[in-house]
Amino acid sequence: MGNSQQQEKRLTFFQLAKDNIRNYSMFLMLALIFIVFSILTGGVNFTSRNITNIFIQNSYILILAVGMVLVIIIGNIDLSVGSVCAFTGAISAMLYNTGMGLIPTLILTVIAGAAIGVFQGFWIAYAHIPAFIVTLAGMLLFRGLTYIITNVTPISLSDDDFRTITSGSISFESLDRGGLHLFALIIGALLAGLYVYFAFRSRKNRIKREFEVLPVRYFLLKMGFFILLTGTLSYKFADYRGIPTVVVVLSLVIAVFVFITKNTVIGRYIYAVGGNAKSAKLSGIDADRVIFIVHVIMGALAGLAGLVFTGYMNSALPQAGNLFELDAIASCFIGGASASGGIGTIIGAITGALVMGVINNGMSLMNIGADWQYVVKALVLLLAVYYDIYTRRKAGLG
Amino acid sequence: MSEHILEVEHVTKEFPGVRALDDVSFSVRRGEVHCLCGENGAGKSTLVGVISGIYAKGEYDGTVLFKGEQAQFRSIRDSEKQGLTVIHQELALSPYLSIYENIFMGHRRHRFGIIRWDDLLIASRPFLKRVGLDENPETIVSKMGVGKQQLVEIARALSKQTELLILDEPTSSLNDDESEKLLQLILELKKEGMSCIMISHKLNEVLEVADSITVLRDGRSICTYDTHTQQVTKAMIIKGMVGRDLTSMYPEKTASIGPTVCTVRDWTVYHPEYHQMKVVDQASFDVRKGEIIAFCGPMGAGRTELMMSLFGKSYGSSCSGEMTLHGKKLELRSPHEAIERGIGYVSEDRKELGLILIQTVRDNISNSSLRKLSRLGVMDTYREISEAEKYRESLKIKTPTIMQLVRNLSGGNQQKVVLSRCLLADPEIFIVDEPTRGIDVGAKYEIYTILNQLASEGKSIIMVTSELPEALGMADRIYVMNEGRIKGVLDRQEATQEQIMHMALS
Ligand SMILES: Nc1ncnc2c1ncn2[C@@H]1O[C@H](COP(=O)(O)OP(=O)(O)OP(=O)(O)O)[C@@H](O)[C@H]1O
Ligand SMILES: [Mg+2]
Repeated sequence: MGNSQQQEKRLTFFQLAKDNIRNYSMFLMLALIFIVFSILTGGVNFTSRNITNIFIQNSYILILAVGMVLVIIIGNIDLSVGSVCAFTGAISAMLYNTGMGLIPTLILTVIAGAAIGVFQGFWIAYAHIPAFIVTLAGMLLFRGLTYIITNVTPISLSDDDFRTITSGSISFESLDRGGLHLFALIIGALLAGLYVYFAFRSRKNRIKREFEVLPVRYFLLKMGFFILLTGTLSYKFADYRGIPTVVVVLSLVIAVFVFITKNTVIGRYIYAVGGNAKSAKLSGIDADRVIFIVHVIMGALAGLAGLVFTGYMNSALPQAGNLFELDAIASCFIGGASASGGIGTIIGAITGALVMGVINNGMSLMNIGADWQYVVKALVLLLAVYYDIYTRRKAGLG
Repeated sequence: MSEHILEVEHVTKEFPGVRALDDVSFSVRRGEVHCLCGENGAGKSTLVGVISGIYAKGEYDGTVLFKGEQAQFRSIRDSEKQGLTVIHQELALSPYLSIYENIFMGHRRHRFGIIRWDDLLIASRPFLKRVGLDENPETIVSKMGVGKQQLVEIARALSKQTELLILDEPTSSLNDDESEKLLQLILELKKEGMSCIMISHKLNEVLEVADSITVLRDGRSICTYDTHTQQVTKAMIIKGMVGRDLTSMYPEKTASIGPTVCTVRDWTVYHPEYHQMKVVDQASFDVRKGEIIAFCGPMGAGRTELMMSLFGKSYGSSCSGEMTLHGKKLELRSPHEAIERGIGYVSEDRKELGLILIQTVRDNISNSSLRKLSRLGVMDTYREISEAEKYRESLKIKTPTIMQLVRNLSGGNQQKVVLSRCLLADPEIFIVDEPTRGIDVGAKYEIYTILNQLASEGKSIIMVTSELPEALGMADRIYVMNEGRIKGVLDRQEATQEQIMHMALS
């Protein structure tokens, strides 16, 4: 259609920004909430120490949110992750206390989580029992098993090395200058450089092939935003203790799953199955297997989260992981995932989890108790999802 | 009271990147049947949306006068209250409710908030009789064929004192017989004073019932014909629609038919719920290289069920029989295996089974070929985009970009996306179930050309169609099915419409 194409070329920067507001509205929300708490706490929440803390305190929820968003994209839900975290957390403490070292413990715990995923995935994908029911059973089952293997008493760790996985940080003394851990800045610069390089390369390739590209201004804005973010974070880390180990773990997890969802066949399968399972099947996609794999991934990530939480508490608690599933699920919905499946992103879920984390953190800094934290988080969840649905309807996405 | 029940003046409606309606004006007189014609994506369904309040006042420019007054509809409910009912391109019944529940859905009569179901049951009978639907009102609608569901929709419209009935492609999923009945019903309702707007790509039907015809092209109203004051022909309408003459309906085909590629013997399929019931009974047929075969028969003949069952057991609780490909026995357990062995299937139900509506055009086109478009499990995005662009161009899919969501495409363009997906998977045996449902004449010709070209490349095509002229114009051989059995096969040269009907009923 001639006139539609012309129209498209005429799209102005502001129009484009308006049309795409849905895609970045959650970043704006995160920034806004952060600024509000900065004002309320007199800037305390922006200190280097607190920024590092936000990541450490929420690391396990962030990891769970990555898995949970995949589960939600395929149209399922996982209520068992809290209990699974407690169970794998206990397993990790027991394994570590045998003296096998941190890395073998990590590998075995993740495998144990994946095995739990295999178990639940089997019932969901192949026995066709709704995920809600299977994971509700799993929630009870693994809580019970945790109590059994721990005798309902905390397991303390044989030495303090374990906790470095969560609260430790990476820096090299030879690179410390004037109280700054330069290593963090170097890594930050490296990341920003790589991002710029790949963004430009992909853009050049697309132009060469005459594919559509974002308008230059929009492209540069996006790039500037990313550089600013990595810059600020790496400066904040450098200013405190260096890059927290858990941030490295987290970044790896996020990077891997962003890549998987965006660029791989299995990622596309996940979105297709979530969008319309019947259609996906008739398109030749083995929907059952995709659902199975997603639950295995969720299990493995729950294993990792359990280990990180044990590190954070420096012991394995039988009551660990209480309500983690709800935080993870809420993160996904705040981050724009759709309850009917097929829609959602890793970055969205991470942003959602950070929104909740920043609220928790800010209110704690203000000495507001858990009671009010629940109330505020509930309202944020409702408003965020309402906004999402409202804009989606306006954009004709029903 | 004005002479016109509906007047549309200078209506313009834009979506992001698309101007779906561009200064459209037309009017419908009381008691006439007014047909809208136009290519896929010309804006017909959008126009219906504007008239009926799906797009509220303010979301479009221009005015709509209903019964002489400016329409202020904010939703479908508003317009229904005023006596305007729309039957949409995609049926909107509640599948697990019964006929009479559906008829009174949304305007149940109740006393103090309590619905008296028995009264409704009785009240539904005259409406069913009026539309000639001979079914128990308690039947669950999803258990009936599409044709009957269509009648339920009309009964529903009647129960609401409709003055203007709008039908968006009502006959696209009906067979000739059912279509004819529906058209007769429309003519009868007209005699009783109802006005009607009908959208259809079947120009025969349009000429049969229309008092006036408005042609849309690229969102503009091109012209209005009055069938009483002038002799309107198909060619005139087509010229208005596509802007040029279309000389023949079916492209010329030079068949070079090779040896038998695929045979099916004694294929029996059992109902997915009633495990004893045979939906297809001992069907046997074969396809040769470069051949197009068609399956004809009334709705419920078991054609779709047979095809889906062959396509990796996608239908039925169990099936028996033997299928061979190139002389070797073929055991397909899933659609995935079927596609891998070179069988493609285009479903008749594009919305539920063919497409993923919330995904983009590009994603939908590549969904069957993700492996092919990847290396070591990583998508080759550039190749994916260029393949999608290739099909957008060759099938003339009307969309601002391949990143448009499929749900925003017009019905016919969605169908082209399903076809593209199967073409990209490059099957050797191509099963197409109602490939031209809801597709305009020009695009039909293009799709026929593509099918012919595939055949000349040595692919085999199995076409399920309810349009007999299509079968006669395209197929080398025609299998006639009824009540789950293959009743016989006719060669292209000897086949006529009468013979097919006769064979089906024998
Ligand atoms: N919600 C939407 N968002 C964006 N574009 C849309 C939307 N709805 C329709 N369109 C576009 O508007 C144009 C007109 O669509 P419409 O559905 O009215 O066509 P149509 O004449 O009914 O075609 P068909 O015969 O295929 O049903 C198409 O190009 C379509 O892609
Ligand atoms: Mg339409």
